[in-house]
Amino acid sequence: MSTFVLGEFSTIDAVLKAAATLRDARVGTLDAYSPYPLPGMEEALGLHRSKVPLMALACGVSGACGGYLLQWWCNAYDYPLNVGNRLTGLTVGWPAMIPITFESGILATALSLFFGTIVFFFKLPRPYHPVFESEAFRSASLDAFWISVERDDDDAAAVAPILEKLRALGARRVETVRGPTE
Amino acid sequence: MSAVPAHPVVRAPTTAEAARALLEEAPIIEGEHDDGTLNKTLLDYVWKKPGKGWWLLFLLGMGGTGFMLLTMTVTIARGIGEWGNNIPIAWALDITNFVWWIGIGHAGTLISAILLLFQQRWRTSINRFAEAMTLFAVVCAGLYPVLHLGRPWLAYWLFPYPNTMQMWPQFKSPLMWDVFAVSTYLTTSLLFWYLGLIPDLASLRDASVGRKRRLVYGFLAFGWRGSARHWNHYKIAYLLLAGIATPLVVSVHTIVSFDFATSVLPGWHTTIFPPYFVAGAVFSGFAMVITLIVPARRFMKFKHVVTMRHLEAMNKVILLTGMIVAYGYLMEHFFAWYSGDPYEFFVFANRRGGPYSPVFWLMVFCNILVPHIFWFKKARTTIWIMWVAALFINVGMWCERFVIIVTSLHRDFLPSSWSMYFPTWVDGGLFIGTLFFFGTCFLLFLKFLPAVAITEIKELRHELAHAAGTSGAPPSHEPPGAGEPGAPGPFGVPVPVPRAPRGREG
Repeated sequence: MSTFVLGEFSTIDAVLKAAATLRDARVGTLDAYSPYPLPGMEEALGLHRSKVPLMALACGVSGACGGYLLQWWCNAYDYPLNVGNRLTGLTVGWPAMIPITFESGILATALSLFFGTIVFFFKLPRPYHPVFESEAFRSASLDAFWISVERDDDDAAAVAPILEKLRALGARRVETVRGPTE
Repeated sequence: MSAVPAHPVVRAPTTAEAARALLEEAPIIEGEHDDGTLNKTLLDYVWKKPGKGWWLLFLLGMGGTGFMLLTMTVTIARGIGEWGNNIPIAWALDITNFVWWIGIGHAGTLISAILLLFQQRWRTSINRFAEAMTLFAVVCAGLYPVLHLGRPWLAYWLFPYPNTMQMWPQFKSPLMWDVFAVSTYLTTSLLFWYLGLIPDLASLRDASVGRKRRLVYGFLAFGWRGSARHWNHYKIAYLLLAGIATPLVVSVHTIVSFDFATSVLPGWHTTIFPPYFVAGAVFSGFAMVITLIVPARRFMKFKHVVTMRHLEAMNKVILLTGMIVAYGYLMEHFFAWYSGDPYEFFVFANRRGGPYSPVFWLMVFCNILVPHIFWFKKARTTIWIMWVAALFINVGMWCERFVIIVTSLHRDFLPSSWSMYFPTWVDGGLFIGTLFFFGTCFLLFLKFLPAVAITEIKELRHELAHAAGTSGAPPSHEPPGAGEPGAPGPFGVPVPVPRAPRGREG
């Protein structure tokens, strides 16, 4: 079970400032929610550069190699097709294999970008999350900006100053929700 | 919603003010909006009960889809002898329609991926729409080669899987390349479309009233909550998908053209096919986007985000790609003459004066002459003119594929095997049926999903607001409560100052 202290902001500048201030205050694990990506939020939260491109590169290269090897194995090794006497080694008739090699690389990249990002980076699909306990949190995907501070304890004394801080930073609404994160 | 202002028509300006207004480009987003009003106006259609017009079109579409299923059943049950195909015209309407539909799909990817990479902001309002068009067009396209197999229930033989015959597909065949290209294209288009939809589905979930809608859209949104930690990955994943979709779209139609270009048949065996097919695909696809979006923006009331600026930009793309296509036609005929090959020479003379010459000349009219109307600003900005021109181009591009396939086949090397092709009700009906099927899919999409990428529009509005703030442009884009002037634009990239207005003719 985790406690999430939530604050709703109406402007981008306010939410960015709040994120940076709370991060310096080290009150708990921070996250921000917005209807579209906000400029400067990564810096404010101190997020690292995404590793998605590395994953895509690895999958794309493996896909292309796999595609080439598949064609070679099928047409030159397991059931050799002797066309034009091009039958030696891995490079057998390679120009004709380029289109499928290319397409396999693209396919693997696309699959990894979609499923890899959603499953490994977003940890979705996950219909439930404690922040959804708040009815007002609906505005996070519509027209408002939210900040959450995640804490493992349920210590009201520790939460009160965070609520106070959020209000001081300009939050138009503050709330505390509790729920399982796993 | 504010009505679309009467658009400037080219005529002699009376004052300097009027002259400036003439050069000013129409805005990407019309009227004053904030996130709330954009949500409301763009989601409105999803919540509204469908009107009589929608039901009428839907029933019509379902009727046509039923007819498609009937022709498919006849084809599967009795074989492709029910079609007009024969030897030597073994490929006819089926492959014509396949290439036509694939080509239409390509504009969707072009708009969503290539224009994203080029940072063309006008793409934002139409990309979702165009991607959906891609998806349904590729589904329609995929039907034809599968049915043309004759025994479509054995279509899985196309894929390399271990089997008791201990045989593998022949990977050196362009037809195999097609299988991989089209299936990769369908998959990538679907994933790209859905990744873009996720934040919008979350908006739908959160804006919905009633538990049922909330459950359905919540399920579809995968539990997206717009977390900054997710956006961090999302932005780059989306951009990368666009990056790989760009070479993909070029490769797909190139490979489709290889089906023809790698054969030795006069009229097919030519090196200009790949670029000429890709240009033709973009040309026909943009025409289809115009055909669909002109009525949709009116009936679904999103004229404020699909403005004259978008339509005009698309018409310019049509003009450009139309000229590339015309160059392709010219070169085909030039190659035939320059080759000195009597068979090549004959095929092209036969196109111009043979039994199918009316189709050829219709193609010349629709694809070479009609697009040139878009040199005139009045044509580019008048709804009915562009819509009629787009319809002509759709017809013309279909004729192009018919001309390439049927005229090349019906007079091949041996006069003793010459023949004619006429469609029967089954293959003709299958084509008409897929048009209805496509329309039905589109209607369902328009009804149940946001047809305009709301998340991206909201982001674009902030970008424009900031740009307007920094460049001192008229405050028409300035929303109430926008950020300070000079603040960094969304995505953390410096906001480019809008281009100075300039003339557009030429």
